[in-house]
Amino acid sequence: MKIWKYGDNVNTDMLFPGKYTYTCSTPEEIKPHLLEDLDSSFAKNVKEGDIIFAGKNFGCGSSREQPTVGLKAVGIAAIVAESFARIFYRSSINQGLLLIECPDAVKAYREGDSVSLDVENGKIIVGGKSYLFPKLPKEILAIRDAGGLLAYTRTKLKNKK
Amino acid sequence: MGMTFAEKILAKYAKEKKVVPGQIVTVKPDYLLMHDNAAPIIKKIQTDLAEYGIVNAELPVIVLDHVIPASDEKTATNHKTIREFVKKYKLKYFFDVGTGICHQIMVEKGIALPGQLILGSDSHTCSYGAIGAFSSGIDRTEAAALLLTGETWLKVPQSIKITLKGSLQPGVFAKDIILRIIGDISASGADYCSVEFHGDIQQFSVEERFTIANMGVEMGAKNAFFPVDNITTQYLKSIGISKYTAIDPDKDASYAKELTYNLSDIPPLIALPHSVDNVKSVSEVEGIEIQQCLIGTCTNGRLSDLKIAAKILKGKKVHPNVRLLILPASRQIYLDALKEGIIDTLVEAGGVILPPGCGPCLGAHQGVLAPGERCLSTSNRNFKGRMGCKEAEIYLASPATVAVSAIYGKITDPRKEVR
Repeated sequence: MKIWKYGDNVNTDMLFPGKYTYTCSTPEEIKPHLLEDLDSSFAKNVKEGDIIFAGKNFGCGSSREQPTVGLKAVGIAAIVAESFARIFYRSSINQGLLLIECPDAVKAYREGDSVSLDVENGKIIVGGKSYLFPKLPKEILAIRDAGGLLAYTRTKLKNKK
Repeated sequence: MGMTFAEKILAKYAKEKKVVPGQIVTVKPDYLLMHDNAAPIIKKIQTDLAEYGIVNAELPVIVLDHVIPASDEKTATNHKTIREFVKKYKLKYFFDVGTGICHQIMVEKGIALPGQLILGSDSHTCSYGAIGAFSSGIDRTEAAALLLTGETWLKVPQSIKITLKGSLQPGVFAKDIILRIIGDISASGADYCSVEFHGDIQQFSVEERFTIANMGVEMGAKNAFFPVDNITTQYLKSIGISKYTAIDPDKDASYAKELTYNLSDIPPLIALPHSVDNVKSVSEVEGIEIQQCLIGTCTNGRLSDLKIAAKILKGKKVHPNVRLLILPASRQIYLDALKEGIIDTLVEAGGVILPPGCGPCLGAHQGVLAPGERCLSTSNRNFKGRMGCKEAEIYLASPATVAVSAIYGKITDPRKEVR
């Protein structure tokens, strides 16, 4: 498992360049361009279970969902940041991608530290030390746990029928 | 204790007496805005649509504006898919290529109204706070789910109150106000928050309020709001709208943060690459050479913006090293600018008029930059790569600053020409 570390204000153009937004929509089309203008090694080397650490306001900018769709598709286990931008935060819930808002964990992390997650108990362990992160309200958690908003909506519509 | 605008409107739409920040509510928005991205949105739920149909043919508003006219076969096919969808489901609100930028259309066509709740699969959906609506951006997946169900959840945000006092100096515009605020509180300064503008706002037209509300998301805001006053009422009357229910925040509402700006203290400002909160006064960075200028977009493509540019460029020529691109925000604005001779002036000065749409702002077509080039733009984002090239630089300023700089071929204080 690799930790990818980035700074503050990683915006949606860095996560997925705007020039592809109207020609790439499926996970397979998105994957090769993920983080293209921020870190050209990311798309080639990212592996399932990797974690991203970042500073403040991760995902700011556009409402494009290629970043959350793509990061989920390559198997990012969680993004741990000091804070997230609102639309990105919502979009991650909709894609079933785990976001952890935990400034203390981000500040504590040093290269080489071991990192593990205990999602059930709202805990992230960095270099042997545990940090608690706030859990989502249960009605929102239900969306993420369903695997994302479309799966959640389909179940809802089926039950209504 | 009273409620802020966001609390009040979310309470209304959630059918609750009172809501508090942090509370999750379920709401049914009045409209769901989509643009060219309606194509991938529809594709996601093709089988669901076949089974359940769309929840309400009057909920979606689709405006083709992002890559128009189509730049290649793929975007052309997307547009075609959207047109077929609109016909099949008999959508009430569809605006094809050339009508204008979605946010401008929402307001100009009298779709977005005061006191309404609107969600859109575009981050600048926050613009309609200019006329007292609650509007906010969502992703494509959520837009798809809304097409099927018509409802979603929202977290009641904390609110920030910004009081604008006094009046602007010559050469300083609405764009400079919002750049000042974002520069001060940072690109994350209003994350998750509702931002309300109060104070001496009666001096600002709906167009100017639009510029300010449009950039709310650039400081992380969920929505941006101007209370409805006689300026709003008169504007709506001018487009034939008289029926709506405005919502005002309570006088004793509680705000997470309150800020006051003395407008006379604000000089012409500019956001330097590569973030919107990297704000300096224009005078500090005068002389930086530019190769492209852009006047337009959902931030500054309205008649008053084109008018100030024309006033500055009348009888002048754009510097030989500069391409000046102009994008009226809608066909109506284009027509009005033609009637007033504004387009003549801009074209005579050397400007290139692009169709009413998003143009180079998203970097997909029309005016993409080359490595090493600099663009001075009236748009709202200067992220690295935004105009299609990561080795290019984007600077953001008011239409006056852009027009004056276009003449000199370098970043120039607009007070040189506007007094």
